[in-house]
Amino acid sequence: MNHFPEKEKQRLAVFKLASCDGCQLSLLNCEDELLALADRLEIVHFLEASSRFGPGPFDLALVEGSVSTPEHIERIREIRRQSRILITIGACATSGGIQSLRNWGDHEEFLSCVYAHPDYIQTLATSTAIADHVRVDFELRGCPIDRNQLLEVLKSYLQGRKPRLPTHSVCVECKRRGTVCIAVASDQPCLGPITQAGCGAICPAFERACYGCFGPCGQANGKSLSEHYVKNGVPARRVMESLRHVNAAAELFQIESDRIEREHLASHRDR
Amino acid sequence: MSSERIITVRALTRVEGEGALHVRLDGDEVEDVRLSIYEAPRFFEAFLRERSIEDVPDLTARICGICPVAYQMSSVHALEAALGITITPTIRRLRRLMYCGEWIESHSLHVFLLHAADFFGCASGIELARQFPQQVNDGLQIKQAGNALLEVLGGRAIHPVNVRIGGFHRLPAAGELTALLPKLREARSAAIAAADWIAEFEFPACEFECEWVALTHPDEYPMNAGLIGSTRFPAIEVDEFEDHFEETQVHHSTALHATRRERQTPYLLGPLSRLNLNRDRLRKPAREIAQRLLPQRVIHNRFLSIAARLVEIVHCLDEAIESIQDYRAEGEASCRYAARSGRGCAATEAPRGTLYHAYEISDDGRVRRAKIVPPTSQNQRQIETDLAHFLPAVLDQPDDQIALSCEKLIRSYDPCISCSTHFLKLTMERR
Repeated sequence: MNHFPEKEKQRLAVFKLASCDGCQLSLLNCEDELLALADRLEIVHFLEASSRFGPGPFDLALVEGSVSTPEHIERIREIRRQSRILITIGACATSGGIQSLRNWGDHEEFLSCVYAHPDYIQTLATSTAIADHVRVDFELRGCPIDRNQLLEVLKSYLQGRKPRLPTHSVCVECKRRGTVCIAVASDQPCLGPITQAGCGAICPAFERACYGCFGPCGQANGKSLSEHYVKNGVPARRVMESLRHVNAAAELFQIESDRIEREHLASHRDR
Repeated sequence: MSSERIITVRALTRVEGEGALHVRLDGDEVEDVRLSIYEAPRFFEAFLRERSIEDVPDLTARICGICPVAYQMSSVHALEAALGITITPTIRRLRRLMYCGEWIESHSLHVFLLHAADFFGCASGIELARQFPQQVNDGLQIKQAGNALLEVLGGRAIHPVNVRIGGFHRLPAAGELTALLPKLREARSAAIAAADWIAEFEFPACEFECEWVALTHPDEYPMNAGLIGSTRFPAIEVDEFEDHFEETQVHHSTALHATRRERQTPYLLGPLSRLNLNRDRLRKPAREIAQRLLPQRVIHNRFLSIAARLVEIVHCLDEAIESIQDYRAEGEASCRYAARSGRGCAATEAPRGTLYHAYEISDDGRVRRAKIVPPTSQNQRQIETDLAHFLPAVLDQPDDQIALSCEKLIRSYDPCISCSTHFLKLTMERR
């Protein structure tokens, strides 16, 4: 565990790779609480919020976005070198994000689908989590991240302790809210039973299936859940696609969506 | 003989996403201005193919964390056009209410936390808060009101979960919305008070003629319906968009550039465009603020966009309050439909301007082709043109001041670079 020197302000930097900027916005949405932390934390690099940018090294770096270009690999290595604690924030940074859907496509064909001159564009064929490239001290999940979880992470590192965040499933949050179970009471393939809590179980509260924004929870049994849905008449392709969403390349979701494709869809394309 | 000089300024700040600006000068002649968007491509139009149309609003929301509602709105309206769905008046009004939430949130972020700092030499909204604690606090309060509206209608402010083809997953209960009224009324008073503050700003001269493009609507300030209007050309139907506007790829940017197809001329979208084309459709309090802060019939000064954003905030707060007072949770949350093959397009007004989506879908409810034309990529060419016009007036300044002035001008467009599905570091080359 890293301990910060007690007296001085900790230098915080915020960086982004391939992403929608939504998780940085969650930090900007912490307005009041950030001001309360201002005597302990100095934001030295946050391009979205400030024109002043300080050089490293940094005590704490928050990184949004996935690694999807050759330049990103260089940048994340440099950020790691400059940062005592590196925390990745959001589905892009922790699993490769929605743009990891390219990992299942033909990259050359994807390039020519969007660009008249694919040769001008420098990208990698895959979009991957930051932890696949450098050592990461803590991964904060979510698409987008939850501001209260972000504040807990910032406070915990200022206090030199591990963040206390739940690793149980969305189901627990549904029970707390008293929401009727989507997986049981509807024909929708809800990912709540295998998805980590943190969003407050908002999708089921809006009478729709969870689509896994916070990635797989601890001890999730993906196969058991998807086979249950398939047996109850949900098309296998629909179950597969619910896993190939914002956290498509999170390990458990990826293994399970590939298994469904192999075992249910490979022989006769279920369209 | 001229002396050669290259100036480099690093990443542009207080914009959403990443990009750079490259300026080449020969003496006092501006030779070339290039906005480089180095935001990594994320290939939305490619991976949307073969996805179920039901997944589209959740997937396209991820194009932009600042204006996810805009992406959800353009995508569902385009898909509804392809499916032949007509939404109910209740759903239509709730969608406008949701758009009000996003405009309030996105505009107040830009006005109070990102843009106003430029008028007082501050590096950030936090620095500005030391000089103007009341105004910045008011701005945060307005922003929180917008966020709260999105949370009730969509579950959360960033990537809301309630939008679907045909309507919503669940209609809000009337009580959930009326509970927001005190917050919205306070935000309204704060926004009207901010007009006095912005009226005192010193706006640099920047009066370049250009074509302004936005949706226009006979009865309402445009959000998700209308014709594509222009200050130079006759209005067109949204489904004629691709006949009149085209996207081209340039070497220096991962975002495609858009121009008028026939003349290859640039155009500008956003709050000033909407105001220039729809002033009469503003609600009275917002129209009065517009008459005070922006009295000319057509506003050309790009720096006045901050005032246009405030006008739109006031309009949205009034509309939101009225919509909530009139709301009854009646009827179906969404219209049922049967999948069919077809083609549909829609343009809605994202906070930063007209956002066009077009889809071809198959009879089994899958996307065959997706085309997404975001506002910032459409504005890119005009921003470059404006910078070329703006630079001669500031060339006598030291290089770092020139860079600062350019950055301020760029910020006035509120460029949302991460939206460039398909933006700023400044380098200057002087010869």
